[in-house]
Amino acid sequence: MRVRAQIGMVLNLDKCIGCHTCSVTCKNVWTSRDGVEYAWFNNVETKPGTGYPTDWENQARWKGGWERTKSGKLQPKQGSKWRILANIFGNPDLPEIDDYYEPFDFDYDHLKSAPEMTAFPTARPRSKITGERMEKIEKGPNWEEILGGEFAKRSEDYNFEGIQKEIYGEYENTFMMYLPRLCEHCLNPACAASCPSGAIYKREEDGIVLIDQEKCRGWRMCVSGCPYKKIYYNWQSGKSEKCTLCYPRIESGNPTVCSETCVGRIRYLGVMLYDADKIEQAANVPAETDLYDAQLDVFLDPSDPEVIAAARRDGVPEDWIKGAKESPIWKMAMEWKVAFPLHPEYRTLPMVWYIPPLSPIQNAAEAGKIGMDGAMPDVQSLRIPVKYLANMLTAGDEAPVVTALERMMAMRSYMRSKTVDGVIDEGIAKRVGLEPRMIEDMYKIMALADYEDRFVIPTTHREQVEEAYDLKGGCGFTDGNGCSTGISKGSLFGGSKKPLKMPQEVQ
Amino acid sequence: MFTNFDLDYFIFGIMPYIALTVLVVGCIARYERDPFTWKSSSSQLLRRKQLILGSVLFHVGILTVFFGHLAGLFTPVWILDTLGIPYALKQWMAVIIGGIAGVIALIGATILLHRRLTDPRIRRHSSFADIGILALIWLQLLIGIGTIFLTLQHMDGAEMVRFMTWSQSVVLLNLNAWAMVVDVHWLYKAHIFLGLLITLLFPFTRLVHMVSAPIRYLWRPGYQVVRSRRQTPLPARNEGAK
Repeated sequence: MRVRAQIGMVLNLDKCIGCHTCSVTCKNVWTSRDGVEYAWFNNVETKPGTGYPTDWENQARWKGGWERTKSGKLQPKQGSKWRILANIFGNPDLPEIDDYYEPFDFDYDHLKSAPEMTAFPTARPRSKITGERMEKIEKGPNWEEILGGEFAKRSEDYNFEGIQKEIYGEYENTFMMYLPRLCEHCLNPACAASCPSGAIYKREEDGIVLIDQEKCRGWRMCVSGCPYKKIYYNWQSGKSEKCTLCYPRIESGNPTVCSETCVGRIRYLGVMLYDADKIEQAANVPAETDLYDAQLDVFLDPSDPEVIAAARRDGVPEDWIKGAKESPIWKMAMEWKVAFPLHPEYRTLPMVWYIPPLSPIQNAAEAGKIGMDGAMPDVQSLRIPVKYLANMLTAGDEAPVVTALERMMAMRSYMRSKTVDGVIDEGIAKRVGLEPRMIEDMYKIMALADYEDRFVIPTTHREQVEEAYDLKGGCGFTDGNGCSTGISKGSLFGGSKKPLKMPQEVQ
Repeated sequence: MFTNFDLDYFIFGIMPYIALTVLVVGCIARYERDPFTWKSSSSQLLRRKQLILGSVLFHVGILTVFFGHLAGLFTPVWILDTLGIPYALKQWMAVIIGGIAGVIALIGATILLHRRLTDPRIRRHSSFADIGILALIWLQLLIGIGTIFLTLQHMDGAEMVRFMTWSQSVVLLNLNAWAMVVDVHWLYKAHIFLGLLITLLFPFTRLVHMVSAPIRYLWRPGYQVVRSRRQTPLPARNEGAK
């Protein structure tokens, strides 16, 4: 056993209103720079849809994640190491920027500088790559917002696998949900595995996966290797970039920018202890539907004295062990089993988990015919097909998703009878395998979601492993060239940047 | 063209040392001073079209040519004699392997150069160095293939041995080496000059990515990379609990 700690995240999709505040604040902080205009470390997709970049979930096309070979070996889906190296001159699985979208801006200046005309002046789009006029914007970071576009296209969504999807194109049966996505900070990251330079690494102390910008050579194998397409190639700097889980904030005990600014309070951050020695075995279980359970087995119970002793031996700081005991992630993933990994079948053991959304009862007009399971409606009559959620969260295994949805409905039902009728209905709790106390705990954390319940983040203890005196007077964040500001002026080695000159509108 | 005595001395006697010094010092300085700029500068994300075919042809060809030159020029002549390899045979090998690889590389370089100059996205984001070095390599390939036709007129290998002796003398700091190649055809001289020029420019261009060819990936243990700030290693695993 090798105990390590990781900051995990859970997103309660039941409460996501698709406001994109997370994406916008993230963009303002991290990717408002040349070369990554197209990159969204955090994006929110409307599902069903093909997402961003288009069709990212189709691993037959992008070869992201891992596969178990016929001989039972675990290797990147792109191929073994020599296969990856053989593709280094031209990566056949790399998306083009148009698979995300061509970044654009508008000629806003024209609105105020236009001469007097008969027609109202407009701000027309321009490519941020070439600076040329774009007559038509074909795609954006959120092109299918609120079921935009025709169903035929959106329904290419991979999660419709094994579903008779035609009926969901009908107006009466349509359904939608939001899926905010960021780097999963996987236990078994496929990006790190496919990086020929070894520039991508997982931090031992908090599990954050980062790219060493000075070691990255731009071989771009990570971009295709990541099944979530959450590594972005900066075409200006020639280096790959990714979500950092806002590690400077996490280190000081603050939530990530996306979590801090989430108006729906859907995001949770907390410590998970895991056994690093079990990762390979868990990622390599033969059946894809077993991967969710295998990942649960990797997590270690922070209240188990044996685990605590092992954690101390392996250098996990005391307040991290305490944080793990109070972790909302542990409660939602392990105790209540309402949170699930996104696409466990990619075998990356992701660490950003999702609580599936409840949805309105199907065919409200037929309310009388709703399948009732005692006092609660049957989850199968929810508008979002359970199979669809299962394809997304448990590699198609519906049972765990059904349990989670039932528990969430039970929580509502229990609290309604408690607060409205003044009756404690223990039967509801029992039926979904929970204690009344647990349901109240669920209510406190999932429904009320106070700041200190959502974010249980111990600070990093650098002082225990580093000589702080040596860091005195350091530069903080730089682009690697001494105490530079991060903006390179001219350089002998081609570090200069040509500012994109926007051509002026012809009068 | 190179009739001027001093120019020959400069190019074949002095320039190799300038080029090699700039190569070594420049690479160390860049790696140490500005590692963030050390990269392959791939433009595949912006435009996939033409890149896969052009880049694969170019790299396969140029790598063969590069290592062919390295082995061909720097294998001491006495090794050939000891092994009993006739000079003519070695020259035929060089002509055939180098010729085929050179043509492959030239086709690739032509595709890449066409893409770089005509694709608006790529053109917009190409630096002077990006276009310049590609054009230089393209020209160098063209001249290199051109010299094959000269070589075919004297297949006894004597000329080849002169180039071998010259390049080995340069490395061995024999300052009279330049005299070996004074009276060869000007096309050979142009080829050597361009080669030295590319060596000289190497640290200031994207060519530096050659130095960090990620061969080590093949024997990197396992797949995952974990970094720790820990100064002292952790105690051994508890075998019982495993």
